[in-house]
Amino acid sequence: MTAKQDVNPQQATSPPDDERKARAGSPLERVIELAIKASGFSAILFVFAIFFFVFSTASEFIFEKLDFVEFLTSPEWYPTSLSNKRYGTLALLAGTVSVTGLAMLIAVPLGLGSALFISEFTSGSMKEGLKIVIELLAAIPSVVWGFIGLAVMNPLIIEVFDAPIGLNVLNGGIILGLMSVPIIVSIGEDALKAVPDSYREASLALGATRWQTARQVLFPAARSGLLAAVLLGVGRAIGETMAVLMATGHAVQIPGSPLDSVRTLTATIAAELGETAAGSDHYQALFAVGVLLFLLTFGVNLAADLIVRGRSSR
Amino acid sequence: MVQTDRTAYLLCAGLIALAACSSSNSDRTVLQNKGSDTLVNVAQAWAENYSRVKSDVAVVVSGGGSGTGIAALINGKVDIANASRKMKFEEHESMRQNGLKAAVQHTVARDAIVVFVHEDNPVSQLSVQQLACVYGEGGSCSTWTDLGIEVPGCAKQEIIRISRQSNSGTYVFFRETVLGETGDFKLGSRDMQGSKDVVDLVTHTPCAIGYSGMGYANEKLKSVCVSANDGEACVSPNAETAASGAYPIARGLYMYTIGEAEGAAKDYLDWILSPAGQAIVTQSGFVPVN
Repeated sequence: MTAKQDVNPQQATSPPDDERKARAGSPLERVIELAIKASGFSAILFVFAIFFFVFSTASEFIFEKLDFVEFLTSPEWYPTSLSNKRYGTLALLAGTVSVTGLAMLIAVPLGLGSALFISEFTSGSMKEGLKIVIELLAAIPSVVWGFIGLAVMNPLIIEVFDAPIGLNVLNGGIILGLMSVPIIVSIGEDALKAVPDSYREASLALGATRWQTARQVLFPAARSGLLAAVLLGVGRAIGETMAVLMATGHAVQIPGSPLDSVRTLTATIAAELGETAAGSDHYQALFAVGVLLFLLTFGVNLAADLIVRGRSSR
Repeated sequence: MVQTDRTAYLLCAGLIALAACSSSNSDRTVLQNKGSDTLVNVAQAWAENYSRVKSDVAVVVSGGGSGTGIAALINGKVDIANASRKMKFEEHESMRQNGLKAAVQHTVARDAIVVFVHEDNPVSQLSVQQLACVYGEGGSCSTWTDLGIEVPGCAKQEIIRISRQSNSGTYVFFRETVLGETGDFKLGSRDMQGSKDVVDLVTHTPCAIGYSGMGYANEKLKSVCVSANDGEACVSPNAETAASGAYPIARGLYMYTIGEAEGAAKDYLDWILSPAGQAIVTQSGFVPVN
């Protein structure tokens, strides 16, 4: 009650007694309030539960058998070797980082550009049509993207770049980039739409062009929303499995150029987990890879969060 | 009171129906069969044809890999496991620990791993040592030039190694036969999900070399003639050389049962080894056992 009054002083005009009576008289309202609160907290619960599950499955291996130096710095991933099992994830990590990085080089300018265009430079049926088409793009299943990578991009890359094989970082990066674009566009467009019109009017009134308004007023004002859009795009790219499994060539090596094949962390888990005996070293090592992936996305999110906060406090 | 009586009647009726159902089900024997992806197509063909021979037996076939099939056999989930490799010592051991009878191996077909390259590749023969040099960890052959071959249309003459994911029986068999008991693959090979993917990729990639079971080879690919040792005469992979064992990378394909097969499982295995069953092996591109 009091908290509500603090936040929203207009409410104080209604008689507080009546309000209290109305609330006490409706147990349903309290149930609904609780349910909403619970669903709010459930997100936190799920995140911790998932992390706990992944970490506890891998914990025996992590604490007793894992050589951390090898795990993080060796590119040698030999989980099924008969003579010399090695669990180095550096090459897989390099695979994930290179494909995601290239995907973002493609998706961020394309995504933010089209968000800006849809939000500021077009209107009416064109705007609605574009939004619908981009939402459709988001609905394409990842296995279909993977198939495009395999069947369309592979021969194309061989042809254009004279590469020995078209399943590589470039292929995976383009596919993942295109998959991330719809997310960046729809969230970026929402962020730009949320900037009050008074900002635009003030800027234009001062004689700024629409481009100057977009670059110097709208982008800074919508900064945190746009960053969130990019981050969700990064998250999609890092976490994507099926499409990269099919498009990157699935080869354990540190790429020297965009035309080298790689294997990502997610693809390794997807390809190998189904066949390993539950509880074996290999099984637990794959969960340790899951922990690594979790820490990676957590790190990206945290870093971006700190950047947003650091900027806004200035 | 009346209410509870009625519920009791309903429950009874339900139970009777259920019992009737399950008894009618037991007229039809269901054999669960799971394992090797190499064998899955031929196993499905066997199951389909067998349902015409014996309509009261249904064989349910699924793939997943040799290891998966053997694990399912140990866990009691299947009657027959398909495997493109022999059972490992640890697998026999875990059967013993589960208090099961020893597994019995039935050789149901033979297979040769065909090494193939793009049709433009002029290579005519390779030795097992050369294959190990290309595929094995520590092997120094990274370009076709290292093997004394010039491949038209292949950028930088780099050998693009196409391999399989580590869950595949073909992968394990190739590793054992070509790279040795303790050998490992060189990192950086493109590891495909299935044999079909390997075939597709090699068909479209001039630089590539790949391997798969005999059933998957097609005319658009060039099968390599393989010699067991450097300087020896090479043997082409075909039905005769695979059956006789002259081809260096040949193997048996197996079905495993817990103890000697009995009842429906025994009839099924006998039929598989009969001329009718073995004709399906030939149709599927593998080599019959007799």
